[in-house]
Amino acid sequence: MIDAAGIAFQIVQSVLAVLIGPLYVGWVNQCRAWLQNRSGPGLLQPYYMLARLFHKEPVIAEHASPLFRATPYVLFGCMWLAGGIVPALATDLPFAPAADIIALVGVFALARVFLSLAALDIGTSFGGLGARREMMVGFLAEPAMLMTLFTAAFISNSTALTTIVETLAHREFAIYPSLAFAAVAFLMVLLAENARVPVDNPATHLELTMIHEAMILEYSGRHLALIEWASAIKLFAYTAIGIALFAPWGIAEGSNWSALPVALVALAAKLVLAGAGLAALETVSAKFRLFRAPEFLSTAFLLAVLGMLIHFLGRG
Amino acid sequence: MRIEDLPIEAEPVPGAVPAWHAVVPAGQLRDLCSRVKEKGGRLVALWGSDETDRGEGYALHVALVIRSGLVCFTVPLAHDHPRYPGVADIFPAADRMQRATYDLLGMHARGNPDHRKWLRHGAWPAGVFPLRKGYDPGAVHSRVEDRYPFVRVEGEGVHEIPVGPVHAGTIEPGHFRFSIVGEFILRLEERLGYTHKGVEKLAETMTLAEGARLAGRVSGDSTVAYAWAYAQAVESVTGTEPPAPAVWLRAILLELERIHNHLGDLGYLGNDVALAFGFFQFWRLKEQVLRLNQELFGHRYLMDVIVPGGVARDMPLAGIEKLLDLASHLEREVATLRGIYDEHAGAQDRFIGAGRVAPSLAAELGLTGLAGRASGLAWDLRVEYPVPPYDGLEVRMATHRNSDVAARVSVRFDEVLESLRLIRALLRALPAGDLVVPLGGARPGSFGVGWVEGWRGEVLIGLHVGEQNRIRRMHPHDPSWQNWPILERAVIGNIVPDFPLINKSFNLSYSGQDL
Repeated sequence: MIDAAGIAFQIVQSVLAVLIGPLYVGWVNQCRAWLQNRSGPGLLQPYYMLARLFHKEPVIAEHASPLFRATPYVLFGCMWLAGGIVPALATDLPFAPAADIIALVGVFALARVFLSLAALDIGTSFGGLGARREMMVGFLAEPAMLMTLFTAAFISNSTALTTIVETLAHREFAIYPSLAFAAVAFLMVLLAENARVPVDNPATHLELTMIHEAMILEYSGRHLALIEWASAIKLFAYTAIGIALFAPWGIAEGSNWSALPVALVALAAKLVLAGAGLAALETVSAKFRLFRAPEFLSTAFLLAVLGMLIHFLGRG
Repeated sequence: MRIEDLPIEAEPVPGAVPAWHAVVPAGQLRDLCSRVKEKGGRLVALWGSDETDRGEGYALHVALVIRSGLVCFTVPLAHDHPRYPGVADIFPAADRMQRATYDLLGMHARGNPDHRKWLRHGAWPAGVFPLRKGYDPGAVHSRVEDRYPFVRVEGEGVHEIPVGPVHAGTIEPGHFRFSIVGEFILRLEERLGYTHKGVEKLAETMTLAEGARLAGRVSGDSTVAYAWAYAQAVESVTGTEPPAPAVWLRAILLELERIHNHLGDLGYLGNDVALAFGFFQFWRLKEQVLRLNQELFGHRYLMDVIVPGGVARDMPLAGIEKLLDLASHLEREVATLRGIYDEHAGAQDRFIGAGRVAPSLAAELGLTGLAGRASGLAWDLRVEYPVPPYDGLEVRMATHRNSDVAARVSVRFDEVLESLRLIRALLRALPAGDLVVPLGGARPGSFGVGWVEGWRGEVLIGLHVGEQNRIRRMHPHDPSWQNWPILERAVIGNIVPDFPLINKSFNLSYSGQDL
């Protein structure tokens, strides 16, 4: 049922997803800096960077097709959609029916396809290099991601993310070993999909080692700003999915005004923890040799399948 | 006098370096090179000079290592169409040196299969040779087209990635042409010379004393090694003996330079495997060294401290204490960090097995310096021909046989610790007295040589004296000349994303070989 509160929740979450993404990235970077004994650039640095990029003139390759110009907008749209429908604040959002796990994976895949095509479009060798590495990572990450989500879906007998979250949030005291496997698998996919260490290095300047960065080398100005912003929203959306699946406590159920403050505080606290954890993980890891990435993602897939099997064994 | 069993009469070159000089006819060059090679010798440097203003032709200079030290051959060549028999088939490292000699002086190496230009990038037209005496250094050329035929690799699925000379990071310019299939590197071809500055031409306008500043700027990260090698060369031609306290300080400076470069590289190697922790820790330590350099010697990278005849400035008295403190501090920290690197599975997985240069190949191609020692070539100038004060220090050479990135990391760690030990030993025995003596006059036409084990490898300065204590010809030689071609071999069979790591593990100089 859609009421005023539901619409308000939806608006708050959609705006939040867009605004909080860069702050979350800023927090992860800040934690990384602290762990490396540096003072760090400050939480707001990603916003400054976006503002700077928006003020710059975009330079576009001579032979770029409209696809190249359209991709930043497609990317931003996909990530905004994903960030807006993941139940981060409340379960009863008007757009919630769209948050089907298969559709969600599809939205991420759409963004990936556009970015890879845009990278190939301008015809530089680095674009091609990045696109084909991204595809190698993507075709292994997607099934692992789906398996992870299916494990959770089996518990709640639904592929709708809201239903899954409601089910899991209600049965606080039930223990799901299957979810433990799924959580580890999900974390591995999150690292790979968001171009984090150990699969990719978001801070590198070595063009030959890049995956994500190699694809966006030719972007500048507002186009680059949109892509960077979309990446930040993506990291937020992935984290929100993880929180919704594996730590949903505190989420507002139903359209209840009074639940909003609690939900906001709970989400903020969980993001702070998740960001710090991500930074810690990145600090202690070295980047894999490229061909370890398939092994890494196959392991994620295997863990997700194990989780699913455990679920069936536990039931039987 | 006869030297070893070479069929020539050679004159000893005065000075600290054990060196001989001989004028040999062009016809004998290849035979001599083959004999040296058979005895395990290798090529250090090859350069040319224009002698036409003295009524002669051109001259080729070849510096080789033999058992007793360094032997330099001068080969007089004809005035018209100077040609000499190429030696690149005997010493593969000679290939690029011969091509550069042609670009700068128009001296043609017969029998060299590769006739492509090396240092000429279109800033001056073909047929113009800037190092010839008649060339006007102020001449302005319109840019000519710069075409360089890379070797193409054919086959299904093979494609090329051109990288550089402009890179995404702030590093020196160089072009790398990869032929790859999938991610596997089939062939790498380097194109260097983007930082050609005309160092050698500029040197010819200077006096022997003025040249010290220039020599110290050939490759900024090795400024101490270059400055010392230049000082040795000048002291050799002027018959000057640098005072003992100056020589002791020079060694301290050289070891400080080795330490801060190795620390920087170890940090970079961590960074290249996304271990930012290692990067910041090592660079923190490097910064401590640089700041102490600034405090004690007035320059973070120790430029212009070493001058011909001694050193330009004394260390403050408190310096001994501070250096000793730094040494014990670094020793602790480096040992801890080494433990972390060694036990980090992720980093070791990247380091081990990457960029191998088999010891046999390394020996065949003449790999030198730090990279050579990591490929089983146990050769360190400080050990083989120790000049004072190294003769009393018994430098322990760091070597490794695994020849991969991990081996080069390990050698760096060992060398940092050994350099700290050497600094301690030097500080304990630091003699007192004058730091600089006035230079004597140099006989026009005389030849001097300087040869120092810098952090990257052996730096050589060949110095030909002109009238009135001026430089007639100065050739600074960086070990990167030898090692760049071997990087091309080291990456074969590796994957593209490992190249930056392998490259960094060598960390060769662009400026030093582009001149």
